[in-house]
Amino acid sequence: MSTQDKVITILAEQAMIAPQAVTLDSTLEDLGIDSMGVVESIFAIEETFEITVPFNANTPGENTFDISTVRSIVAGVERLKAEQG
Amino acid sequence: MKRVVITGAGTVNALGLSVPDTLAAMREGECGIGPLNFRDAERLSIRIGAQVQGFEAETRYNRQQIALYDRFTQFTLAAAREAIAQADLNFSGDLADRAGVILGTAGGGVSTWDDNYRAVYQEGKNRVHPFVVPKLMNNAAASHVSMEWNLRGPCFTVSTACASSNHAMAQAFAMVRSGMAPVMVTGGSESMLCFGGVKAWEGLRVMSHDACRPFSANRNGMVQGEGAGVFVFEDYDHARARGADILCEVAGFAMTSDASDIVMPSTAGAARAMQGALNDARINADEVGYINAHGTGTSANDKTECAAVKEVFAAHADRLMISSTKSMHGHIIGGTGAVELLACIMALRDGVVAPTIGYQEPDPDCALDVVPNVARDVQIDVALSNAFAFGGLNAVLALRRV
Repeated sequence: MSTQDKVITILAEQAMIAPQAVTLDSTLEDLGIDSMGVVESIFAIEETFEITVPFNANTPGENTFDISTVRSIVAGVERLKAEQG
Repeated sequence: MKRVVITGAGTVNALGLSVPDTLAAMREGECGIGPLNFRDAERLSIRIGAQVQGFEAETRYNRQQIALYDRFTQFTLAAAREAIAQADLNFSGDLADRAGVILGTAGGGVSTWDDNYRAVYQEGKNRVHPFVVPKLMNNAAASHVSMEWNLRGPCFTVSTACASSNHAMAQAFAMVRSGMAPVMVTGGSESMLCFGGVKAWEGLRVMSHDACRPFSANRNGMVQGEGAGVFVFEDYDHARARGADILCEVAGFAMTSDASDIVMPSTAGAARAMQGALNDARINADEVGYINAHGTGTSANDKTECAAVKEVFAAHADRLMISSTKSMHGHIIGGTGAVELLACIMALRDGVVAPTIGYQEPDPDCALDVVPNVARDVQIDVALSNAFAFGGLNAVLALRRV
């Protein structure tokens, strides 16, 4: 499974929707994932890809890991895998 | 209904090992937060905390006691000794039979759990010390206070996360006010600064890597502390009759539940608790001069708490002072309300309002007088102490100058 598919699977499971309902342009808000859901999704991403994601829930706009869309999350995971892999 | 006063106070926390040292540090706006120093701290992503320094258990307690006292119990007993010495009470006869202990803690003997899990899981040992259970249980501290000072009435422990000690003190207050007990020893304690304790908190992603800056626009989370605060709550007539020195009056309290979310705070729940405490104490909102905030330094708490203050106090919100001493002693979790009550006593008794240190940038969502960085000399007649816990459980105490 590609990184993108794995990320979509994680987010779909968190949102309790079908993976087909998740698009690259979806925001986490679109998917109905709240702030604690974000923290749980990042944990799942860290465990799946064996990476450490820098993320502070107090300052979501200031994190180097961009969670604004599914596309930005996939790109962030690719970058961290390259850096930490 | 009896009037209830505080006749003794004791503490151990990162700012000091006594009440005078702690109040002096609060007055000076000192910061007790620094690099964490314990086993495996290098495996943490959060490396700061407000650890108690210079507390030598070996010189305070004997070998048998240390085998039974987790660090949270050690802190509690030291704080209780200071409080009961100040109150100058000896418990015997009818007083001993009716006086009790109610303490708060969220985690109890966390480092005892941590050390012994490490022994059996990581080190593969198949045997633990025989006193692991009586050492880690949440009521261990309350029971040891009861045994040490012969307090034979109601004795139990309250565990409501970060509101534990406020819930405990509110319950103790209710017992003295109702006439059920003439004296209650109450407060709370926490010692979670060990690898497992901090690792658990790290997972929530709400901890700051660098500082606790409540109400500041650039705040980035909470910082854990540790310690204990213990008080002697006493029937006013009982205290007067024996000529006790009265630190302040506990005038009322309220407890509410948000009934909404396990971690996200609610403005309505916090507002109902503050309003309820005012109603219970028969205090008008415009009499309140100081609020010791829950003020964790997280994005969510601070803006919710400020919105609740504006809702309850309306125009008076801009005239009162509100500060978070967690910026100095860290978030002492189940013991935090007890240590923070000291700031209220200092405001009421000494006319010194503790500052919110680390304050750097105004936040329009927290546009109140947060006493930034420098303590203030102002006579305060009425103070509130807020605690809002995970689980949506809130407890607010109202205090009055005597």
